[in-house]
This record gives sequence, structure tokens and C-alpha cells, in this order.
Amino acid sequence: MGQMSGAQMICEALIAEGVTTVFGYPGGAIMHVYDEIYKQNGFEHILNRHEQAAVHAADGYARATGEVGVAMVTSGPGFTNAVTGIATAYTDSTPMVVISGQVPRSLIGTDGFQEIDAVGISRPCTKHNFLVHSLKELPRVLKEAFYIARSGRPGPVLVDIPKDITVDIGEFNYPDSVDIPTYKPTYKGNKRQIEKAVEAIKSAKKPLLYLGGGIVLSNASELVREFANKTQIPAVETLMARGVMGADNPLLLGMLGMHGNYASNMAMSETDLVISLGARFDDRVTGKLSEFAKYADIIHVDIDAANIGKLVDVDYPIVGDVTEVLKAMLPQLNGVDTARYKSWRDVLNHYNELHPQSYIDSDEVIKPQWAIERIGELVGKDAIITSDVGQHQMWAAQHYPFDRPRQWINSGGLGTMGFGFPAAIGAKRACPDKIVINITGDGSILMNMQELVTASEYKIPVINVILNNHFLGMVRQWQTFFYEKRYSETDLSFQPNFKALAQSCGGIGYDVSTKEEFDEALKDAIKQDRVCFMNVQTNRFEDVLPMVPSGGALFNMMLPETTKGDE
Amino acid sequence: MKNHIDERRVISVIVMNESSVLSRITSLFAARGYNIESLTVAPIPNSDMSHITIATKGSSRLMEQVTKQLHKLIPVYKVIEHEEMVEKEMVLAKFPIAENLADISVLSAAYNGGVVNVGEEMIIVMVADEPKRIKHFIEASQRYNPCEVVRGGVVAIER
Ligand SMILES: Cc1ncc(C[n+]2csc(CCOP(=O)(O)OP(=O)(O)O)c2C)c(N)n1
Ligand SMILES: [Mg+2]
Repeated sequence: MGQMSGAQMICEALIAEGVTTVFGYPGGAIMHVYDEIYKQNGFEHILNRHEQAAVHAADGYARATGEVGVAMVTSGPGFTNAVTGIATAYTDSTPMVVISGQVPRSLIGTDGFQEIDAVGISRPCTKHNFLVHSLKELPRVLKEAFYIARSGRPGPVLVDIPKDITVDIGEFNYPDSVDIPTYKPTYKGNKRQIEKAVEAIKSAKKPLLYLGGGIVLSNASELVREFANKTQIPAVETLMARGVMGADNPLLLGMLGMHGNYASNMAMSETDLVISLGARFDDRVTGKLSEFAKYADIIHVDIDAANIGKLVDVDYPIVGDVTEVLKAMLPQLNGVDTARYKSWRDVLNHYNELHPQSYIDSDEVIKPQWAIERIGELVGKDAIITSDVGQHQMWAAQHYPFDRPRQWINSGGLGTMGFGFPAAIGAKRACPDKIVINITGDGSILMNMQELVTASEYKIPVINVILNNHFLGMVRQWQTFFYEKRYSETDLSFQPNFKALAQSCGGIGYDVSTKEEFDEALKDAIKQDRVCFMNVQTNRFEDVLPMVPSGGALFNMMLPETTKGDE
Repeated sequence: MKNHIDERRVISVIVMNESSVLSRITSLFAARGYNIESLTVAPIPNSDMSHITIATKGSSRLMEQVTKQLHKLIPVYKVIEHEEMVEKEMVLAKFPIAENLADISVLSAAYNGGVVNVGEEMIIVMVADEPKRIKHFIEASQRYNPCEVVRGGVVAIER
């Protein structure tokens, strides 16, 4: 393609990779690249108002589409601000490339202005990272970065580029393909292991599908539904897998784990065969490990071999992509005896009748669970829901009728407050025809509230529903249960004027304290082409239930009052 | 059944030669709380790879995790968990010239080594042997008042 500067090469590489949107923030070390961004029109650049938000926005973009998200930041503080975003993407395996400026090569190691060891800092929270050493290797490094980010178990890749390399001129040849001899992800599962797993499924009496976020990453939801349908094996979803089965699917018991529902957690405790697809036995899911799925053999399908056998002993390990493994399994399950599992399904359905996901509604005050169900009724299948971290996140996961994968975008692994709003901006940019709602809390929203400006400037009309309990509610809940109600530093009675805050940045604010107002505000917000804050006053002391106290066995749940009175 | 007893283990890691690869490996050990007893590294002749030998301690489950986590690192080509291996370690030791040189020389010969340097005040010996025997050598050499002992770390090769 001829001679060009390193900065031009970066733009050309992004275009060659099909990137249409870059989220970022400029600064000294990356200025040459921004100068080229100014001159090109192959992709758009969104100026978020904080590097953390830029990375979360790229993350939201990636999760909504399955494509690689791209963020760009400068050296030093630009990069360190991005770290939380990168770590968030890492723990949830988001495909992402982050390009950071670095001081010129001659200054590296001299404690130069805005010099920080970006590859050193990001090593534990990236899938891989590069410090580019010469212009000559730049095109190959960029190609490899995209390849590594999206292949195998996806993840964020950092490319740290010294400023002088972005100025240097050289020949640009973007490679067509990648060959990294040390990196060969396994997609196809081992044939014999798959056969053995199928035999185990056929001879199980109480099998259970344990569905994780890997299914979403692998775009395998259709195959999972087919699997469940064909075998009539009931399923539980992790926080990251909400939407995989679809809310109306009669085989879906619900979400399991610390805030899972009764039937799901009991199913896991009583099953004789766990069929784990793209899930990684997180401690928030398993509770006390020695009691987890105690009576079960375990089939574990995961593209990351290191996840298999990490926490629980696995009887049928299958390293591979869920899609590939299911494609191989499905034909072998023709004619499977679905009646075999009927009594098991009956038991679980009975559990769901006994202790459904429930709460006590009120006429005086808006209950957060009601608000979420109402959003579901008003916008339902179409909307993309992002969330922040806290009680509101768990209620959203419990009560929203998720219908499809990539509809639910939240920081599950790292639990990053401040994720929801910028992620919603990214998701909305990726899917402009979808309604995008961030379900957030009065604590979390403040952690990236500057994004009101971004959303207004670029006319990205996302709706933030702030479930306002005037508390860092989730921490308050633990204080109620485990710290004798000593509410140390969790009272958020001092509040901004959320409505005026939104307005001051070009958005729309709604103060909501009744159900009627809620409906009115949401219906109005959907019609607007501007960013909205819905400040919803909820009752302050609502708890997220059921709850398995940290470290307890899954079957020992604190249940809501509506369902108390065990069999 | 998985073995949950902490045992000494030696693994070889074959990696691509690049500036940051060693720090990727050591920071993985540090971040996940695995311990490193010794670590040696050198380029493999006529290739763009290096051979790293790590001696560590842990249960077989932990070692399985270590191996898998190492394998996940992009520049790691191969991880070998040694079972049937030949294992050697080198050590240099410096003694005052006034000590019994004949004894020192016999001692180092008994451990596959000998005198490698003699100066006006010091004598230096080198031995290369299995790590266990290296420990014995160091213990035995104490009576000759060594002023400095430098161990080289383990290298291993599968039989
Ligand atoms: C960046 C960050 N800091 C602290 C925490 C710990 N934390 C988890 S939930 C929570 C409270 C969140 O409050 P709010 O956003 O109001 O949500 P609520 O629980 O009240 O619904 C806190 C402080 C976190 N997850 N992330
Ligand atoms: Mg709150």
C-alpha cells in the first residue's frame, strides 16, 4: 500500500479489520494517531469523557455485537485510567483491542513525562499485550492483536506504541493471515470424550444443563436450545448466560448461585450429571465447593483448558468451543429417551411452584423488582439491558424477561461499578435501532456520570433507570445480615439532583416516585432522542433474595418471606 | 485419584524468545501464588526459542493448573511436567587457600566436579550433580569454611 507513517498504519489496520467505531481520548503520546484520525473517514471516533468509560463503551459495543471492541488512550494517566475497563473486559472475556500511546523509545526507562510501564501493569488483566519495538513489526502486531482478541477464549489485547514509531515512515503491508506457532486454540472437542459424555447423558437420571457466558461468546445459544429441546433436560443459567434459553422456555429453571432461585440451586444440589457449557464454576455460583453438585458426575465443556479441573474434579473434560462440541453431540442424541428425565423435571417444577422468584409488592412505594418487571413489560424482547453493580444488577438478572443472548450486558466477573452507562453507550452505537436501558443504582451511576456529556454530544439516547435506594444497597444488605446493621459508609442520603444533572449536560431527567410516574417517564424516555436519567425512588431496605451467604452451601438459601415455610 | 500432597516438581517451559516472556512467566507464578524454587533460562541452539526450567512445589492438582496457565500464555510453545528426568544443578564455591586443599579437591571430585580456579587467597571449585547431592555437597563443604557458594538452579531433561 506504499509508504506511510506509523499513525497512518494504525488507521489503515483498523479499517482493514472492519472497525467502524473507536472509543477513546487523546493526549501527548498518541497525538500523531489522532492527527490521522482527523484526516480519515473509514471509522468514527467517539470522545468519551474518561478513558475508563471509553474502554467500557468499547466493551459494550463488543458484547452487543460479538465483534472486537476498540479503544484508544494516551500514555501514563490515560492508560492507567483505562486499566479498570481492561480488567473488566478480561474477566468477562470480551474481545477487545486497546491501543495506547507510549513515550518515545528514547525516553522509555527514564521516568519520562507520562511514562508508565503499560505492559507491566496490564499483564495480569490482558489476554496478551505488546510493546511495539519498531515500525517494521507494527502491522504484524496489530494483525496479531485482533486475531488473539477474537480467537480461542476471547479477551482484551493491549498494543502499546511509542510515539516516535507513530511518526516514522515505512512500507505498509498488512498481513492477510496470522501464524503464531505458540498459539493454537482448540475448537473441536475430543471425539472419544464427546462419545463418553453422550453415554453419560443417556444413562443419567437427573441431568442438568449448567449454562455459562461462554455460550454467548461462542454464539451457541440456538444449539443449546436445540440440545435442551431434544433431550428435555432442564437448564440453569449463570449471571453471564441470561438470555441463552429465553425467559419463556419451560426447561429454564432460572439463574443459579448466590442470588439464584430456589429451584436452580436445588437442581444443582440434587443433580446426578452436570453438563457444564461455557461456565467456569465461579465462587458466586458454586457456594461451598464441597457441597456443590455433590451427587453428580461432571461434564465440562470449555475452550479454556485451564478452567477445567480448576475448582472441581471433572469426570468428562472436553476442551473445545461450545458450538463445535454441541454440533458433534447433537446427532448422537437422536432418539434419546426424554421420558427418562420426566420425574426429575417434575420435582424441579414443583420446587419452582413452591418457591418461585418472588417479592412483596407495594402500593405506597416503588419496589425495585417491580420496576424491572415493568421495564420488561413495556420494552421486553427488544431492548438491550446493561447494568451497573449492586442490588439493582441482581434484581435485573432475576426479574427481567431476557429473551436472547447479548440482550443482557453486565460486569459479572469483576463487578465494576460505573460499567453500565458507558457500556450502554457502546451497545447503542452498535445497535442504534434497539432501545438501550442501563439499570443502575444511585451509587454506581456517579462513577461514570460524565458520560452524560458524551451521550448528549453524539446523540446516543440511552436510558438510565436509577433505582434510587439512597444506599450502596448491596453493601448495606451485607451490613444488615452480617454486621449487625452497622451501616458504615453506605448511606447515600446526600444526593445530587439527578434530574438537573442530566439537564445540565443536555439530557432529560425524570423524578419518579409512583408507579404511574414510572410508566409515564419510561414511555416518554423511549420516544426521546436524548440521553435520559430516570431517578426512581424505591424503598430503601429491600434485600436481594434468595441469598446464599458467602461460603455457604447452595441449598442453604435465605428465602423471601413470600415463600417461607419449607416443605 | 488426585494427589493433594505438596511435592517438589520440575517443569520445562519452551518459549518464544521475546523480551517480556520471562516476566510473563514469573508474574504468573507471583499472581497465582505458586512458588518458584529455582529458575534457569537459556536459548535453544539454532532456534528462536528458549528453554526455561522451573523447580517448584505443589500438589498434582496445583501443577495441573500451573501447566495449563503457563500454556495459556501466548509465547509459550510447550510445557513439560517432568516425571522421568535427568536433573542437574551446578554450584560454584570459594574457599580460603589456607583450608585443606586436598580434602576440598577430593570432596568436589566426589560430586562430579573439581578445582576451577586458584588465586593467592582463594580457591574456587565447581560441582554439577543432582539437586539432592548438591545439598549434601554444600553441607559437607561447611567444615572448610566456604566464603561464598553460588547455586546455578536446576536444569532437567526428560529421559
Ligand atoms: C468500583 C467498585 N467499587 C466498589 C464496589 C463494591 N460494591 C459492590 S455493590 C456496591 C453498592 C452499589 O450501590 P448502588 O450503585 O447504589 O447499587 P444498589 O446496590 O444500591 O442497587 C458497592 C460499593 C464495586 N463493586 N465496584
Ligand atoms: Mg443504591
